[in-house]
Amino acid sequence: MITSKKNKTLRAGAIITAAMLLIIIIGAFWTPYDPNAMDGSAKLQSPSLAHLLGTDNFGRDIFSRVVEGAGATFAIAAATVAIGLVVGMIIGGLTGYYGGWLDEVLMRICDAIAAFPSILLALVLIALFGSGRYKIILALGILFIPSFARIVRSEVVKQKSMDYVRSAKLMGVGDMRILFVHIMPNIVPVLLSTVAIGFNNAVLAEASMSYLGVGVQPPDASLGRMLSEAQTYLMSAPWYALSVGLAIVLLVLGFGLLSDGLGGRYDA
Amino acid sequence: MRYIIKKTGVLLVTLLVISLLAFLAFQIIPGDPTARLLGTDYTPERAESLREELGLTGNVFVRYWKWLSGFVTGDMGTSYSYSMPVSEVINGKVAVTAALSLMAWLMVIGISIPLGVTLARYQGSRADRAFVAMNQVFMAIPPFFLGILFTYVFGLVLKLFVPGAFVSFSDSFWGCLGYLVFPALAIAIPKAAIVTKLLRSSIIAQMGQDYVRTAYSRGNSRWGVIRGHVLRNALLPVITFLAMTLADIVAGSIIVEQVFALPGLGRLLLSSISNRDYPVVQCIVVIIAFVVVFMNYLADIVTQYIDPRVRLS
Repeated sequence: MITSKKNKTLRAGAIITAAMLLIIIIGAFWTPYDPNAMDGSAKLQSPSLAHLLGTDNFGRDIFSRVVEGAGATFAIAAATVAIGLVVGMIIGGLTGYYGGWLDEVLMRICDAIAAFPSILLALVLIALFGSGRYKIILALGILFIPSFARIVRSEVVKQKSMDYVRSAKLMGVGDMRILFVHIMPNIVPVLLSTVAIGFNNAVLAEASMSYLGVGVQPPDASLGRMLSEAQTYLMSAPWYALSVGLAIVLLVLGFGLLSDGLGGRYDA
Repeated sequence: MRYIIKKTGVLLVTLLVISLLAFLAFQIIPGDPTARLLGTDYTPERAESLREELGLTGNVFVRYWKWLSGFVTGDMGTSYSYSMPVSEVINGKVAVTAALSLMAWLMVIGISIPLGVTLARYQGSRADRAFVAMNQVFMAIPPFFLGILFTYVFGLVLKLFVPGAFVSFSDSFWGCLGYLVFPALAIAIPKAAIVTKLLRSSIIAQMGQDYVRTAYSRGNSRWGVIRGHVLRNALLPVITFLAMTLADIVAGSIIVEQVFALPGLGRLLLSSISNRDYPVVQCIVVIIAFVVVFMNYLADIVTQYIDPRVRLS
């Protein structure tokens, strides 16, 4: 049921997310300045028409850098969610469809993982794998599998006793085809909201890890890394930290509202 | 009583499994710690004797048992990079993280419960709608960004505290608590926003129940119904959530400690990860994991104490 209030939330989330995505996509091809171009004559300038969000300690244009960082953060979040979604769908789908002891064991493991603060688990995985752009994607992707698997599983369990599944079975359709061609399309609405909250968490997790210096490493860009850089110049260039932080907030807020509006876990 | 015994059993098994997993995880790490420790003095013989000394030889389960029994009695092994017992390295850091987390948690409770109840009381009013919209924004602000904002506004502009100049417990108790106020607030505000939202919708969901209609028909006002009848029911999911939140806060303090340069467990964990000081990492991870599991256990016990339905089922 989509009530009018949800509709408003959904619309707000869609607008914020779409605006951010538009900026990111344009930014992938064109930014006002080269994000890495240094200009010794324009260090630590406050926001102006020439530099919308001012310049940093090397005279680099902050707006261009924020756009580039947001793109990098978004790409990492997308890869993370993709890993969680695909593996989660396979594990959740199979365990939900077949049940049995393997289902029990896997779901207990998922419960145990879900009970833990994700920051701690991410740090443990990074301690094991090492840091860097692809390693953080791998670490966060693994962390995201349980939540997707749990949701897919519970939806598959609901669907599998429905008439359309039974009749497909009677007609001799194979298990894999029933699961992935007949059942999966029916749980897409639930998955959409889960994907949105997944993006929300992934952006936060990537920003946190990179802020701590264990995520994306230089020269790769990311919002979290830029924020820790900006903190050093808080006194001389407060707008730097502010604009990077606002970009994170807008991304998180957009996906949060989107998930809420799609009927996510927090029902208001 | 049987419920408590059963839950305690589950707790002990969970703790055992977690400690085993944490131990095994740091055994399969590629790379030989002795190579790094010995540096240019590396010879195969020396490496062998050092491995012996660090307890890296022999059956993995025997080593696990040794480590676990040491851990329980307070002997947590030796740090690679500090060359002293892990218990001494973490000593003093635990207090900072514990004080910070507890303070943030109390702030979450202090902000969210009155706010959630008030919003539900005046549901649909202009103030309610404004706060609900604001709540959404606060939920989206990561604590470390909030911490940086606080550093700028309260530290650099208003000069209410000196960023980076942490006062330790032993120097000044109140000075230390004073320094922790802003980090704690940075952790607390996004969490309080979530709890407020949860409590508000939990109360509103209860307002549609039959017993509420009965309470109204006896002449109670909306506030009387909320205070006398609804709150007790509506708080149940919130209490469980608050317990989980404390666990989250302990883990979240890792980041905020970095923002405010607090000498707590989180910063130690980070520096130990980059130094590959695995005995310390392992120890901190197990400590935090134990806190998390124990809080969930307490939440179960408290819930069944408040709600007889859980006890009876």
